[in-house]
Amino acid sequence: MSDTSRLGFYLLLAPILLWLVVLIILPHIGLFVVSISEKTGPRTYETGFGNYAAFFGEPLYWRTFARTAIMSILATVLTLILGFPIAYYIAKLTRGRTKTTLFLMCMIPFWVSELVRTFGWMILLRETGVVSNVLQYLGLVSGPVELLYNDAAIMVGLVYTSILFMVVPLVTTLDSLDDSLIEAGYDLGGSSTAILREIVIPHAKPGIVSGCIVVFMLSLGNYLTPILLGGKDSLWFTGMIYTQFITRFNWELGSAFGFLLLILSSLVVFLGLKLSGQSLSETMGRA
Amino acid sequence: MTDSPPDLMCRDLTKDFDTFRAVDHVSFDVPQGSFFSILGPSGCGKTTLLRMIAGFQTPSAGDLQIKGKSMIGVPPNKRPVSMVFQHLALFPTMNIGDNVGFGLRQRGVSKSDIKSRVDRVLDRVGLPGVTDRRVDQLSGGQKQRVAIARCMVLEPDVLLLDEPLGALDLKLREHMKVELKSLQAAFNTTFVYITHDQSEALVMSDNIAVMNNGTFEQIGTPHEVYHSPNTAFVAGFVGDANIITATVTARDGNTLALTTQTGGTLSLETHDASLNAGQETQVFLRPEVIELIQPGSAPEDAVNVSEGIIESVLFNGANSMVTVTDRNGAHMKVALPQTGSSTAVQKGDAVLTRWHPTQAQCFAMAQD
Ligand SMILES: Nc1ncnc2c1ncn2[C@@H]1O[C@H](COP(=O)(O)OP(=O)(O)O)[C@@H](O)[C@H]1O
Ligand SMILES: [Mg+2]
Repeated sequence: MSDTSRLGFYLLLAPILLWLVVLIILPHIGLFVVSISEKTGPRTYETGFGNYAAFFGEPLYWRTFARTAIMSILATVLTLILGFPIAYYIAKLTRGRTKTTLFLMCMIPFWVSELVRTFGWMILLRETGVVSNVLQYLGLVSGPVELLYNDAAIMVGLVYTSILFMVVPLVTTLDSLDDSLIEAGYDLGGSSTAILREIVIPHAKPGIVSGCIVVFMLSLGNYLTPILLGGKDSLWFTGMIYTQFITRFNWELGSAFGFLLLILSSLVVFLGLKLSGQSLSETMGRA
Repeated sequence: MTDSPPDLMCRDLTKDFDTFRAVDHVSFDVPQGSFFSILGPSGCGKTTLLRMIAGFQTPSAGDLQIKGKSMIGVPPNKRPVSMVFQHLALFPTMNIGDNVGFGLRQRGVSKSDIKSRVDRVLDRVGLPGVTDRRVDQLSGGQKQRVAIARCMVLEPDVLLLDEPLGALDLKLREHMKVELKSLQAAFNTTFVYITHDQSEALVMSDNIAVMNNGTFEQIGTPHEVYHSPNTAFVAGFVGDANIITATVTARDGNTLALTTQTGGTLSLETHDASLNAGQETQVFLRPEVIELIQPGSAPEDAVNVSEGIIESVLFNGANSMVTVTDRNGAHMKVALPQTGSSTAVQKGDAVLTRWHPTQAQCFAMAQD
């Protein structure tokens, strides 16, 4: 009896294990193995950390790496700042039909593919695009302006692509905040900012943390948006990995880059959790 | 003392929601340091009224003054009132000390001052040394006291309480009733307390307003509201009563003679000049004003005496009752006296019931 139930347990577990092992652990082991082999001649390899040394030896590589990290963090912060009021509005200031409608409107952009969405931004922002034309028409600028191919355009694209993943967890946590807590805050003489700081944000912390983690990971690993909106020289690290694998055919260096990106995202998420960590576990414990 | 304005004064306060009127021309004064209860059935507009006083809802009409200053247009965080919410609304992300200190922090009181004032108020509500505990580590009654401490530390002019005992179990509720009353006396703060539980209102209040369908039916001391209700609603809602439908057959001065629906005759005293022969009325008779006597022992000329059979005995300690069915088949609840003589009463016994004509309330039947 217990043998069959144990068998059932393993059978049920199998898909998850398979998914973890085949799609996550194996590729990364492979990636790591490839990343520590150096090409010494045609078809001859040697084990060593030469690829990692190459990364740190070439400023273009590690600067792009750092730039990607910083821009992703910035995109995460911007998404949070933009997403929080939206989520608060949906969760606390609307009810019933309006709430559902607004929530759906946040999802509408995700009904079209990321590629099409990003092209949408290109149509708006390019030299002959909508924004440029409107500015000229209003007489605010004298000639066509190019709004594409800069860091601001990348930022706009990143925030736009990931805002839903910030809004959803925030709406969920803010929904669970009892309105009478906010009223009690006002009743005891609190100003709106004090209530936001002392009551709303502490309550929403689990949502903020999980939203930030997802948005950060999505931005860091995004390939399409930085390349299309930032242009060929957008200097996004995923672009660099692509170049190594596809253009240069240097799988060894590409793997090292990939592995470094994995370490970076794990590290930033770990730090983020640590920074809010104590209160996160406390908040979870209290719920 | 007498010439200073009352702590809270409402004049024709009205609140309209889209389709109907939740609070309808309510006027009352609450003098400093008194315990004022608003008693009414669920949905009669109590919470709406309290939220207007706290500032969470804007009155559609009327005026509201606290210590003589009009509060119309003053936001809730600028009003000298504090509110104990129905579910207390303690902040779960803060410990007890931070909860109680919240209001003082907003006022910019210094850290050391906050600490000593928080400790002092927690002492006064009987919870010393809990500042570092989390909210969920306290029992229901303790949370209650923390919620009161969190308001009282701000020394508000008026403390508003919205059915704060509703969530507690019966035993604790009985205990907290007494405790709330003594806390109110100790702090000497004006309390406005809303409840649908008449025993809470009767035990704690200096004055009670009985509310129904958005209006105040009567304002008075617990004694007045219980013993001389102004309306049929008050008579029926406050305390237990036998309700008898009867028609006035004759009036002699203040004495009415009535015939009940089942054919019995009643005699009672009234001050209501509008009651005359032919008027259909409702008579409210409290179970404790009816006396049970042995058959045959009543004097010949006694009024309001009727023969009956004990239908059932409802034993409930000090609140034990019997139901008596009279000759005409009408039922009547009668409280058993607590002197020990009642132990002999048994189901099926023949008894006489008697009550004094001054002890019943009579109201004209509502026209609809
Ligand atoms: N915001 C609102 N909009 C419309 N109707 C409301 C609103 N708040 C309360 N009501 C209605 O007003 C009436 C009185 O409600 P309330 O003051 O909460 O009663 P109580 O506290 O006495 O139970 C109820 O019928 C309720 O449905
Ligand atoms: Mg209510």
